[in-house]
Amino acid sequence: MNPLDIEAIRKDFPILQREIHPGKQLVYLDSAATAQKPTRVIEAMDRYYRWSNANIHRGVHVLAEEATMLYEDARRNVAGFIGARDAREIIFTRNTTEAINLVAYSWGRANLQAGDVIILTEMEHHSNLVPWQMLAQERQVRLEFIPVTDDGLLDMEEYQKLLMLAPKLVAFTQMSNVLGTINPAGEIIRLAHDAGAITLVDGAQSVPHIPVNVVDLDVDFLAFSAHKMCGPMGSGVLYGKTALLEKMPPFLGGGDMIRKVMLRSYAPNSIPHKFEAGTPAVAEAVGLSAAVDYLNSIGMDAIAAHEHEIVSYALEQLNQIPGVRILGPDADRKGGVVSFTLDIAHPHDVAQILYRHGIAVRAGHHCAMPLHDRYQIPATTRASFYIYSTREEVDHLVQGLEQVKAIFG
Amino acid sequence: MDDLYREVIIEHYKNPGFRGELDPHDISFEDENPLCGDHIRIDLRVNENEVVTEAAFSGHGCAISQASADLLLEFIIGKTLDEIRQLTKDDLLELLGIELGPVRLKCALLSLKVLKAGVYGLGEASDSLVEGD
Repeated sequence: MNPLDIEAIRKDFPILQREIHPGKQLVYLDSAATAQKPTRVIEAMDRYYRWSNANIHRGVHVLAEEATMLYEDARRNVAGFIGARDAREIIFTRNTTEAINLVAYSWGRANLQAGDVIILTEMEHHSNLVPWQMLAQERQVRLEFIPVTDDGLLDMEEYQKLLMLAPKLVAFTQMSNVLGTINPAGEIIRLAHDAGAITLVDGAQSVPHIPVNVVDLDVDFLAFSAHKMCGPMGSGVLYGKTALLEKMPPFLGGGDMIRKVMLRSYAPNSIPHKFEAGTPAVAEAVGLSAAVDYLNSIGMDAIAAHEHEIVSYALEQLNQIPGVRILGPDADRKGGVVSFTLDIAHPHDVAQILYRHGIAVRAGHHCAMPLHDRYQIPATTRASFYIYSTREEVDHLVQGLEQVKAIFG
Repeated sequence: MDDLYREVIIEHYKNPGFRGELDPHDISFEDENPLCGDHIRIDLRVNENEVVTEAAFSGHGCAISQASADLLLEFIIGKTLDEIRQLTKDDLLELLGIELGPVRLKCALLSLKVLKAGVYGLGEASDSLVEGD
């Protein structure tokens, strides 16, 4: 595989040219929070509003036809991207969080009763915790958690023991947004199915960064967000197997999700429309589709290989700084995320001083408070990478940390 | 350009004069900034005239939140509870001597909110405690 032409790729992202302070160009190391957008995504959305904008479905004029076509083409494009066999298995949502909530409300309330068990993990983002906590409170469902080992991996032995509880659902992140750990999703899903459970994968961090194929994984539900994969904010995806989606009751009620409405009752539409009430985010779906084209033009294998190289280099460099403690596994089991603490300075101070050098990182609990509790630390500083990240940017990070040490040392 | 981390802040962060806990105490209160997890507890001893004679803070957080707590306690020794009730965010910012953006302002104000909630005997350190007139 040829290495990526990073210089050419960086030119695709206008924001990366921005000077943050006089003479200091932006060093964007916060892609796990949201990825930057290439020109073709921005232009696709701009073109949609300048040329094709109309409400979709049922309009007879050419704009409505174009908008409908663009929206449904986006659905097919996304289906192809994750290897789904049928575009009807792709439901557009606002984001990963809404996709998971959809499953919790619709599938969860139709299928779970008091005493049923859901297995989650200790490394989940709040978006794959709180919807299940809400369901657990309402339905007296029992939540169990696969523990995280000291080096940031899921404890698979404990998982096998938990499976003896005959769970109805196993829901887990394919890649931790804090540890960077890439979990063995295929194995977790196979074991869950053997135990009679269905599975939901939070793909918010994995789908943008590594090849993900829903048929190979045999996953039942996959949730992810456009904005972390070079697409716009306000657009997310729920993939679900046809057989499951068809049996699920609707989520939100309103226009588009119905086949027929009487004064006192309604008949729901078929999938995927059954789950898409109201005017959808068409321009955002168009933007997501352009992002898929962009990622495909580079290749997900090449993207994963590039990030592996950058994260390996980052771990090597950061490990040489005394007082730095990095959370999570080694580079071979990790995506492009490095969360760390520095003994002499608080993560917020680290992030603030780095920002003075034009370096954008994130500090805090990264919406994973229980995971930080697990490691008994209140917060971490997180640097995260993407296709446009370079070794030079890692060097800037290291120099910035030297500055932090100079101030606090 | 590292005005935010001027020496006095770093000095109070690294070598705080008022870090610790007072047991027994007359007033004690603790709270946290849920956004970033900064946590501060403040203990006070006051005499019969409601004058603060001793003060201590504990907890964890960024340099701004911890230094601000230390500077604040240094300032209130010898002050009456009534004088503490009058303190606003402007007083604290004057003590710190730095300009803060909206995110870091919350770090700086946590100690004052905790102090005033304790002095007022409230259950929660709310933002309204530190607003000016």
